[in-house]
Amino acid sequence: MNWVWLILLSVGVVFAIFTGNLDAFTKALFDGAKSAVEVSLFLLGIVSIWMGITKILEDSGLIHRIAHLFRPIIARLFRNIPGDHPAIAAITLNVLANLFGLGNAATPLGIKAMQELDTLNPDKQTISFEMMIFIVINTASIQLIPFTVIGILAGFGAANPAAIALPTLIATLISGLAALLILFAFRRALK
Amino acid sequence: MIQYVNYISLLIIPLFILFTLLYGSAHKVRVYDSFVAGAKEGPKIVLNIFPYLLAIFVAIKGFQGSGAFDYLKNGFYQLFAGLHIPIEVFSMALIKPLSGSASTALFTDIVKSAGPDSMAAKMTAIIMGSAETTFYVLAVYLGAVNIKNSRYLVPVCLIADCFGIVVAIIVARAFF
Repeated sequence: MNWVWLILLSVGVVFAIFTGNLDAFTKALFDGAKSAVEVSLFLLGIVSIWMGITKILEDSGLIHRIAHLFRPIIARLFRNIPGDHPAIAAITLNVLANLFGLGNAATPLGIKAMQELDTLNPDKQTISFEMMIFIVINTASIQLIPFTVIGILAGFGAANPAAIALPTLIATLISGLAALLILFAFRRALK
Repeated sequence: MIQYVNYISLLIIPLFILFTLLYGSAHKVRVYDSFVAGAKEGPKIVLNIFPYLLAIFVAIKGFQGSGAFDYLKNGFYQLFAGLHIPIEVFSMALIKPLSGSASTALFTDIVKSAGPDSMAAKMTAIIMGSAETTFYVLAVYLGAVNIKNSRYLVPVCLIADCFGIVVAIIVARAFF
């Protein structure tokens, strides 16, 4: 992330000087700060709600039941999560929320999953391989039906807006699988 | 089919909440107190994430505002001119990993100007549905647990994103 950040900002400054967009550049920086505040406020609401609900799951023991139920599937990919650890339940709920396009639930449950995976992480500063798998799955954004996209296409009078669903699903499955393969290839190459 | 999935999607959260409350009550959990205790963690988590979000949002907006973004987009367009890919696809490919709201706005714009049944709209629609706002996900998830060293995760995500765009273009060509 260090390099990404450095490159984005320094290339930005150099371009702003050469194209004379200095004014727009500086304004954009503060726009960025403003959207960070807005997104954080939005997150504050949804994350708090889901932390409240997952606390009920924990206190009632339901989180272990869910973990037990989905362990056979999740443990195939995440090999180093012991027993009916809450991380399995959090990952399951996040994946389900993503599949059904429930963004407002997926992100908070994903944060919960990261926290649970962190309890299994021996080195708190460094990411574990399980966390990497989890983030890669999330960036693949596997969703059964892209509701937002279909909605916009329909709004502008597309002949058959729902026809986009199948190719999108195929594309997202292929690229999600490829992303995992790339991750495993990196691990193998760097061993 | 789509209507069914849509209905299930609408039903899933309310039902899940109801089930959680009933299951908790059946197991003698004071659900209200539990909820409040859990929700108390929310502000701490978001406060942790905020500086990561700030850093990445400022860099992304600055990069766009400087004009570097348009230059990059045109560069890619000319580089792959022989493949006859609509220029809108390059805009979407570059903006989708950076910003969710900006990519939705861009997609709406493309559908409006190129038409909902154009190849540009179809290709960008598939990218919209198959790619994710990678940098936002990275900032939020790494920020939530204060990870300093993300090892090879960022290069993996970037390579996967590029590959995902190629897949989206090929699939769009195959279908339409």
